[in-house]
Amino acid sequence: MAEFRMPSLGADMDEGTLLEWLVKPGDQVGKGDIVAVVDTAKAAVEVECFDSGVVSALLVEPGQRVPVGTALAVIAPAPATVAAGRHPAPAGRPAPPAQRGAPAAGQPVPAPPVKPPAVVSPLIRHLAEREGVGLGQVHGTGAAGAVTRADVERAAARGPRLRVSPLARRIAAELGTDLTAVKGTGAGGAIRADDVRRAARTKAPPEAAAQPAARAAQVPGRQAAHPEAAAERRAAMRRAIAGLMARSNREIPHYYLSTTIDLERMTQWLRRRNRELPVPARIVPAAMLLKAAAIAAREVPELNGFWVGDHFVPSGHVHLGVAISLHGGGMIAPAIHDADGLKVGDLMARLRDLVTRAREGRLRGSEMTDPTITVTNLGDRGVESVFGVIYPPQVALAGFGKVTSLPRAVDGLLGVRPQVTATLAADHRATDGDTGARYLEAIARLLQKPEEL
Amino acid sequence: MTPQRDEPDAKTGGPLTPQQARDAVGQALNQAAPGSDIDEIDADADLRDALDLDSLDFLNFVEILSDACGRRIDEDDYTELATLSSCIRFLSGP
Repeated sequence: MAEFRMPSLGADMDEGTLLEWLVKPGDQVGKGDIVAVVDTAKAAVEVECFDSGVVSALLVEPGQRVPVGTALAVIAPAPATVAAGRHPAPAGRPAPPAQRGAPAAGQPVPAPPVKPPAVVSPLIRHLAEREGVGLGQVHGTGAAGAVTRADVERAAARGPRLRVSPLARRIAAELGTDLTAVKGTGAGGAIRADDVRRAARTKAPPEAAAQPAARAAQVPGRQAAHPEAAAERRAAMRRAIAGLMARSNREIPHYYLSTTIDLERMTQWLRRRNRELPVPARIVPAAMLLKAAAIAAREVPELNGFWVGDHFVPSGHVHLGVAISLHGGGMIAPAIHDADGLKVGDLMARLRDLVTRAREGRLRGSEMTDPTITVTNLGDRGVESVFGVIYPPQVALAGFGKVTSLPRAVDGLLGVRPQVTATLAADHRATDGDTGARYLEAIARLLQKPEEL
Repeated sequence: MTPQRDEPDAKTGGPLTPQQARDAVGQALNQAAPGSDIDEIDADADLRDALDLDSLDFLNFVEILSDACGRRIDEDDYTELATLSSCIRFLSGP
């Protein structure tokens, strides 16, 4: 029996609210499947399962807030696995770095009291499914809390109550969607977040319907319908950022480096390339800078990984954290996985996707926990340079300012050329300035050969 | 009564009337920066600043606008898209 626990989705997370189950008891799940949506202080995150098997019980109800590490569901080995007498390997992948570096590391996570799974016979389960009754909401009156036929019938008799996941409810409120008009595709006809999004899309105003479908998905205004809830979210996000950044500043002896990089070649190359390509394939300078930062992290592995306890643990992958400012305020820094190996066009597509999903609150758990080094790009805000605060347990944060045309001496002649200031904030426990300098040098060198990025 | 003149078709890529241009810009901005309302921004204010657009938002805006007007917009044209009034001039110009 494996337990699916509330994951730590970043070093700043101590507890999370289960928003929505995407599986129900009896469902087959595989490692990496998205099984639930969890709300952290920063975003709604789709979380993956680390085991394969069959969901045997859901222990936490949607809407419940529980500490990191709390068992959320029980996953039994798939029947075939049982016959072979093997237990599913306990999470083949290493614990998420955020968890390893979290203050609670080493201490057993206190398991809060959760009510034992209700006893439900297969017959009753079928009845419940037929009647569209969620067993999680049925109070069992039989022996040891078992759910009886009468319990299910009583619940069904309460009428065709709209079953809506909390996330779907929130999105419906934001999009102004009438829930009674939404067709649910979840267990027992429950309305899930995707159903609301789909409904909002279909009823987009006619002029928007004339736009390509992919675009129309983003149509309805996103001002929160509940200003108080939005204010509470902003406050919660502020607290999360405050906690993590204060810890970073307290624990990490930062050192800072900066260099100005000539972007004449990159700018020329991009302009030529973008002129030849259709608008959707256009690449923004930020994607080039991110790619250079990712390759440089591979070249200088001392900066790519985590500080754990009293030593540095390098990462075999470059999962590039990208700081994204959210329009409602606050920020989030999810990862682009293996960014060093992506062609720049692919990295650009991933960046657009990531930014869109971050702002819609549809990030994946692995994107939240995986970054091995983070980049912040404040160029769009018009500042020349940014000296960042490292995201623990990472050991480095690269920053880019605005690309500006400035005088620069090249081959003994003064010219006006586009330039950017690249900076590095690094953890002095893990590296010294010499290593950091190699990193910035690598970025500068890589940007001189844009066609190879 | 003035005789109704032929409205240029937005999809042919020809110049738009100022009103058509304004509508197209408004719709594109509302998609690229959900919740934005061009009636509430100064026609001569920098769009990126007024609506807090980053380079990806702006690319979305250009992509949608280009699509809606049936006209390719190059990066060299971006300076023409700095404000609401310059956008309208650009799209309704020759």
